[in-house]
Formats: sequence, C-alpha cells, structure tokens
Amino acid sequence: MSEIAVVMAARSVWRPVLMSLVAPALLIVLWQAIVATHLVAPYILPSPATVLARFQNELDGGTFWGDVAASLSRALGGFALGAPAGLAFGLLLGLSRLAGRLFGPIFLAYRQIALFAWVPLLSLWFGGGEAGKLAFIAISAFAPATVNTWRAAATIPAPYRELSRALIFGRLDHLRLIALPSALPGILTGLRSALIHAWLATVGAELFLDIAPGLGGRLNEGRDKFEVDLMIVALTALAVLGLGFSQLAAAAERRSIRWSRR
Amino acid sequence: MSRHATAFLVPALLFGLWWASASEGWLPQQLLPAPMAVWDALADTAASGDLWADLLISLQRVGEGFALGALAGLVFGGAIGLSRTLRTLLNPLFLLLAQIPPLAWIPLVILAVGIDEAMKVTVIAWASFVPVVLGVAQGIRDVPARLRELGRALTFGPWDLVSRIVFPAAVPAIFTGLREGLANAWQTLVAAELFASSEGLGYLISLGRQLFQLDLVLAMVVVLGIVGLAVNGALALVERRLLRWQTIAP
Repeated sequence: MSEIAVVMAARSVWRPVLMSLVAPALLIVLWQAIVATHLVAPYILPSPATVLARFQNELDGGTFWGDVAASLSRALGGFALGAPAGLAFGLLLGLSRLAGRLFGPIFLAYRQIALFAWVPLLSLWFGGGEAGKLAFIAISAFAPATVNTWRAAATIPAPYRELSRALIFGRLDHLRLIALPSALPGILTGLRSALIHAWLATVGAELFLDIAPGLGGRLNEGRDKFEVDLMIVALTALAVLGLGFSQLAAAAERRSIRWSRR
Repeated sequence: MSRHATAFLVPALLFGLWWASASEGWLPQQLLPAPMAVWDALADTAASGDLWADLLISLQRVGEGFALGALAGLVFGGAIGLSRTLRTLLNPLFLLLAQIPPLAWIPLVILAVGIDEAMKVTVIAWASFVPVVLGVAQGIRDVPARLRELGRALTFGPWDLVSRIVFPAAVPAIFTGLREGLANAWQTLVAAELFASSEGLGYLISLGRQLFQLDLVLAMVVVLGIVGLAVNGALALVERRLLRWQTIAP
C-alpha cells in the first residue's frame, strides 16, 4: 500500500470518531462558557473542572468503585433470579398450547401495570433493603425474558415441527434438538432486553428504596446535600456502564444471529 | 372448553385463592388485604372524587410530557435519519445520554427546575424522546433503496421524496418508537409521582404505602393496569388506521 493510501485509510477510519467528538466538545465549551459568565449559579452548575476534581476525589478516597460494584452485582443478581424464570415460563407458554391459553392472557394483563407501581408493594412485602431491591429487579427482568421466549417458542417454523414428528422425537428431544435451537435468537433477544431492564430497575430500586451503596444512592445523596458535581459524576458513570451493557448484549446477539444463519 | 373460558380460568382461580386466603386469614391483612377491602378502597376514592382528580392530573402529565418529547423526537430523529452529517455529529452523544435511565435524571432535574409540574413533564418528555428518536432514525435508514430510486426516477424533489416515499415507508418503525415512547412516558410518570408528588395516581400509591393501606395500593395498581391497557389499545387503533394502505399493496 502506498503512503497516500495508508493516510486515506486512516482518515476514513478516524473521521467518524473525530466527528463524533465534536458535539461533546462543543457541549463542554458551552458548559464552561455558562459557568465563566456566571449565567447560572455555581451550586446549580459547577464547572467542568470541579466535576473532574470531584471524580478524582471519589476515585482516590471515595467509594466510587464500591458503588459501581454494588450496582452491578445488584443488577446481575436480580437478572439471575428473574431471567431464567422468565425463560422457563416463556417456553412453557410457547410450547404448550394449553399453558399459553391458561396463563397467556393474565400475563399480558399483568404486563400493563407500570413496573414502578410494584415498588410500594414489594417494599411492604420484602422490606426496603436488599431483598426488596432484588425482588424488584427480578420481576423487571422476568417480563421481557418471558415475552420474547414465548413469541420465539410459539413460532417455531412448521417444517421443524414436522421434522421432529418424522423423527418421532420424544418431548425432551424435541425441546433439546428442535425447540431450543430454533427459538434461540428470540431467547437471546429476550435475555438482552431482560439485562437492560434489570439495569434500569437497579437504578430505580436504588433511588426509591432504602439508601445503600450504589450509584442510585449516590444520586440521592447528591440531591440531599445539593452536590451537583457528585450527581454529574454518578450520571456519567451510569451512562458509561449502560453503554457497556448494551454493547455487550448487542455483541452477544450478533454472535447468535451469525450462528443461526449457518 | 372455549378459548375465552380458558383465558379466565387462571384469573378466576387466583381470585378464588385470594378470597379464601383473606376469609380464612392465611396471610395477615397488612400483607394481603381482602378483595372486598381493595374494592372498597377503589369505590371510596372514586366516590370522593380523588380517583378522578388524580387520574386526570396523571393523564395530563403524560399527555404534556409525551407530546413534547415525541414532537422533539420526530424532529431530531428525522434530522439524524435524513442527514448523514448530523448523524455522525450528534448520534454518539445522543446514544451516550440515552444510556442513562430516565428516572436517574429526576434528582438532578429536581435541583434544576424544582419538584413541581416542570420536573415531571421534563423527565417524561425525555423518557419519550429517546425511543421516538431511535424509531424514526432507524425507520428512515431502513427505507429500501429501490423505493428511493423510484423517487429519483420520478424526479421527485427532496420534499416529495421525504413526504411521499421516505416517511410513509418509515411509518411502522416510527410507530414502534411512538408506542415505546408512550410506554416509557407512563412508566416514568409513575416513578416520578412515587418519588415526589402530592397529586396523581403514583402519589395515591405512595400514600397507601406510608399509611400501610395495602388495599389502596392494590386498588391503584389495578387502575394503572386498566389505564395502561386503554392507552396502548388507542395507539394500536391509530397505527392500524395509518397502516391500512400497506395491506392493499404489500
């Protein structure tokens, strides 16, 4: 490759990256300008430097990594409780016509209730501590896992089902060799959605239930103490972690689609 | 057994179990109030007018927030869907901000605009904005190239291309975004009202929780379910009307 081609290739790779940095850079310049002209009181909008110093402070002497770990483990714990249950329930609904008819309508009715309406009930039943939080995260992960698995299992293509009959598969073999592989993309979509919902619910649980280590708790702390710099640090951490979650889930789904096309 | 009968079998059984549990005292009233108590709570709030007043306020908040968020989402989503330059400039920042759960903004928004209506409408608007942008941008990008070519072959100008080809072809994705936006708006409303409010359905729920009146909490949960169902049904109806042409020429 000639030098020019290398430069061109590098440019075509870096150009979108650079362009995507323009808007955040402008935002920070604007932010700094607002602070410098005293348009907004510094206790409402601290300067970028203050926020950066706060972040450094949290990293050095604070509980930042502990909060991140607490939120992540809460999200994964609730996901581990709710998603497999949703997967099993979705398979049951999708594979057994009777179960689908019996439990499907009431499940759809249940889904209409806003998730956060369960917070007061769960906090009365399980308390506002860790058990109540995990229960809320688990039911948040349960519904999307159920819906997607149900849909995928109920729409297994007829040729596959015929194949299963032609090979006189038993129930277990049908499940293992036909139903699960055929429904796999839908199941993974469901797990992806469940993971994202578990993450949303984690933040909700930390905001609404008893204060405990975690990023949502830090947001509440920031509000109580009027420390906007702490809140911006926590929100940025939530954004970065959320981006990580969705990238991870999307990568897992891409793999599965590649597999299903094989 | 007919289809409808099976659909009601499990709810009826659950209801019977609930009834039996209450009358036999299997669970304390504080954990699971009797069905009649829930019904009474519902009837009481309806008779006193509280239910309707709070329902109206909640619907109004969702309406204002969703209208603002969806309109802004249509414009912004259309802009980054149609212009590649705007997309590379703005999409990464938008996607980063979209990762933050809407209700995580509540504490900050409270400090910025106070705890009243402005806070609820802002947070609800943001919650509906995100999925609408994603739906619109995705829908526009996924318009089949052959349709765009058709437009060019017919020498459509940019306006005709958008209004006659791109927009109609993107309607299903746009509606997915709108429906998700409305669902998000509804979820966020309940969260915002639970968090900080003195009116609205979410407030009634948190009031019931504070007074340990689980019957009131359950009654409001039922109301939330019914309203959610109605709102979803209305939007599905609009969607079917707008998509009627698609069944004629698939």
